[in-house]
Amino acid sequence: MGRLTLEELRKLRENKKAEIQKRETDNKDIDVIVGMGTCGIAAGAKEALDAFIAEIDNHNLKNVRIKQTGCMGFCTYEPTVEVKVPDMPDTIYNKVSADVAKLIVEKHLVQKQLVSEYVFDRPSVDILKNK
Amino acid sequence: MAYRSYILVCGGTGCESSHADKIYQNLKNEIEANQLFAQVQVIKTGCFGFCEQGPIVKILPENTFYVQVKPEDAKELVEEHIVKGRPVQRLIYNPNEDKNRTSLVTEEKDIQFYQKQFRVVLRNCGMIDPEVIEEYIARDGYAALEKVIFDMKPDDVIEELKKSGLRGRGGAGFPTWMKWNFTKNATNSETKYVVCNADEGDPGAYMDRSTLEGDPHSILEAMTIAGFTVGAQKGFIYIRAEYPLAINRLKIAIKQAKEMGLLGENILGSDFSFDIEIRLGAGAFVCGEETALLASIEGKRGMPIPRPPFPATHGLWKKPTVINNVETYANIPMVILKGGDWFSSIGTESSKGTKVFALTGKIKNSGLIEVPMGITLREIIYDIGGGIPGGRKFKAAQSGGPSGGVITEEFLDTPIDYENLAKLGSIMGSGGLIVMDEDDCMLDIAKFYLDFTVDESCGKCAPCRIGGKQLYGILDGISKGNGEIEDIQKLKDISLAMQRASLCGLGQTAPNPVASTLRYFEKEYMEHIVDKKCSAGVCKDLLQFVIHKDKCVGCTVCARKCPVNAISGERKQPHEIDQSACIKCGACYDACKFQAITRG
Repeated sequence: MGRLTLEELRKLRENKKAEIQKRETDNKDIDVIVGMGTCGIAAGAKEALDAFIAEIDNHNLKNVRIKQTGCMGFCTYEPTVEVKVPDMPDTIYNKVSADVAKLIVEKHLVQKQLVSEYVFDRPSVDILKNK
Repeated sequence: MAYRSYILVCGGTGCESSHADKIYQNLKNEIEANQLFAQVQVIKTGCFGFCEQGPIVKILPENTFYVQVKPEDAKELVEEHIVKGRPVQRLIYNPNEDKNRTSLVTEEKDIQFYQKQFRVVLRNCGMIDPEVIEEYIARDGYAALEKVIFDMKPDDVIEELKKSGLRGRGGAGFPTWMKWNFTKNATNSETKYVVCNADEGDPGAYMDRSTLEGDPHSILEAMTIAGFTVGAQKGFIYIRAEYPLAINRLKIAIKQAKEMGLLGENILGSDFSFDIEIRLGAGAFVCGEETALLASIEGKRGMPIPRPPFPATHGLWKKPTVINNVETYANIPMVILKGGDWFSSIGTESSKGTKVFALTGKIKNSGLIEVPMGITLREIIYDIGGGIPGGRKFKAAQSGGPSGGVITEEFLDTPIDYENLAKLGSIMGSGGLIVMDEDDCMLDIAKFYLDFTVDESCGKCAPCRIGGKQLYGILDGISKGNGEIEDIQKLKDISLAMQRASLCGLGQTAPNPVASTLRYFEKEYMEHIVDKKCSAGVCKDLLQFVIHKDKCVGCTVCARKCPVNAISGERKQPHEIDQSACIKCGACYDACKFQAITRG
């Protein structure tokens, strides 16, 4: 890269800022957790994950953490994705293809509405936490 | 395509010496092997500070903090954490070292070591890749420089520094704005210089090295701001050749900044030009003294000259020169960006901002910490440092290295700032903080530091050259059982003469460890002199190990441990130590399960 002018420096900072903010973990209150067990991956969890990353970028959402986890146990309904948004019930979606992932970002994360046709269930109660 | 996961590997010298580089390479290879290179980025960052638990690897976005990682763990980390999304439990921090691993702490923010820290200087360490300028820029890098060049006048910068209350972090604590103002207003020459003192030499101190390794651009940016403010076109970083990693990262940073037009001719298209060169020092402690440092840059032997005139007006080649320490510079971009008022809201009445300490010695969590001024030593040692290992009792903490003194138990609750430390007979210094427990002999500590300063004295002035040698001789005599009561007075007299008459800071402060240990531990000196004993068990000439016949069961463990075969005795019969052969290593004392061996 050549010598920068003031405008170019500012532009570069803006571009890179978005990228480095993904590394920060403060002030992120939304969790998207993708089940990436063997079953999930076979059913297309990777494509869903990529779609989530791209779509969250498109909407410029800065408060979302995308995590992955192992098999959630609903192997017939993979890929499964758990979405946790404050003030909304924690929700598990099933059969999340890339298109459904897009829909979830748009409706659930942005408009705060559940994507009812793909809601699988609320997560089962964690007996360890509630003893 | 954006990355979904980031693996941050510590690339500080501490972790690097525990094969962090190999870990980084292995992780990259594993990512490659799993075809994840488009989704997962592996980044080598600066020091995370928690050196005790290094090498450290942090995985985002889960923010999982892995400790004591080994190169062979890379495969498991990638296959389990990255591919399957399952944290690798055995590498997660286990603060209580509990065997069932029920109290693991996964995230950095929950680790007690980080709870009371506040990072201004180390803001980018462990966050960015220090070898990639774009990452620094993304974290508001060079925004302060941009603001200074295009929106501020030199006087505005001085005003902001004045408001901030920033004082020199190299030791003496001189207000930074005053230094800059002197050089700015100097009329004796058009040519002026900016110098960064990176000649960190205190035993046990490594704050400046870690800052340079983790965030080299912050120093370049601050020096350029200094250049703009005082009217200099040239800067020098004086760094010891013993810091190869820091030097390498600085070189990379300078090259990148020049390519992007953030350093060199017409910075960002303005008519301001500034260039920085690195000068390597051979590691002489005296070159941390500013006049000796400047002499060394000029190519002369590193020896101090009397002040005034001060470097601010008559510095490098007799031209006006701003000289600040690494940590001071690292604060500057934040002062400019967030404002002097923000900075002065941190800290105490007289000492603003934060201070980085290298916490070492008899402490559980040794490492690099940054805390607001005004924190107490108790908080640093017990809350951040986790206390003294092995259930031993705290005896004293040494601040300021060979120029500083000890702080004892009764002053643990004193808020730390420049003035309070001076009152206690120590100094802030550059920030080495060495914790000592009951097994440390205070006389031995004083002797250790004097040995260092005698070695490092340049020999130019008599008080330092002769005084130091004499002080050391007296201490050595006392530690060998040849001390006399009059020695105490002699120590005090010579110390005073050195403090008053030495040419530079090295000689003036060299007696501090003696004066300070005498002040708080005179009893221990008397014990050495009168009783010819060292209750800490350090001064070997005063020690004797004796086996008590009534307690010894003749298990032969001590005889087998003794490296010089000085212990004899039949099996199941009491043993005996041959005092003429004993080298007083204490191996028998540590090995005996029946407390049959006494030390005294």
